[in-house]
Amino acid sequence: MSTATYAVGREKVREYAHAVGETDPRYLDPEAAREAGFADVVAPPMFAAVYAGPAVFPAIMESGLDFSRMVHGAQEFTWHEPVVAGDEITTQASLESQSERGGLEFYVFRSVSTNQRRELVSEGLWTNIVR
Amino acid sequence: MKVTPDRYLTYRYAGASGDFNPIHLDDEFARSVGLPGKILHGLWTMAQCARAQGDGLALRSLSVQFRGMGVPEEEITITTTADGNVEAVQGENRLVRRGKAVVRE
Repeated sequence: MSTATYAVGREKVREYAHAVGETDPRYLDPEAAREAGFADVVAPPMFAAVYAGPAVFPAIMESGLDFSRMVHGAQEFTWHEPVVAGDEITTQASLESQSERGGLEFYVFRSVSTNQRRELVSEGLWTNIVR
Repeated sequence: MKVTPDRYLTYRYAGASGDFNPIHLDDEFARSVGLPGKILHGLWTMAQCARAQGDGLALRSLSVQFRGMGVPEEEITITTTADGNVEAVQGENRLVRRGKAVVRE
């Protein structure tokens, strides 16, 4: 089990939104976000991969899988409360299952992320395959 | 939806996401581990699948399987269906298959 807390910054959300091509003003413009009822710019859904990463990567390293032969096989996210700049997101990540199929090893990690009010914001399932 | 990752996209995504794995940044390193050159981050490609759904804040869940390795400077086509299936294809290379998006009612 690995735990990490990520402080969501306004410019980081905007940088991420630009990198993935998001143009929704709620991700980019604090005024537009406030008009839409949010305290600050909102994180695009796939920003979950960013705030959960600091918990998931150590969990992957701890599992002992051969990192040099690892590929990202599958990914799933489920979203709950929105994440906005200023939030502090705490993620717990752990190895959920390990199996072998057709000469490949499958490592599935689960992440659960909550905000500073302990509200669930997202859950992730990260499947890594070792060739 | 169609999107062409430009030549420097992987650097911007690495900075934005914190994923600086050299397979995404360094052609020489990527070739040394048997890749054709630097490849796209799968999570960037998944973010394109999310973007293709319309209102991102209405997304309830998204799951994908990664298959082929995406490369910069070639157009990617994201195909979605009304019942939430999503795929990402680059030329003959299927990057994401069996994607499934669920949107809040």
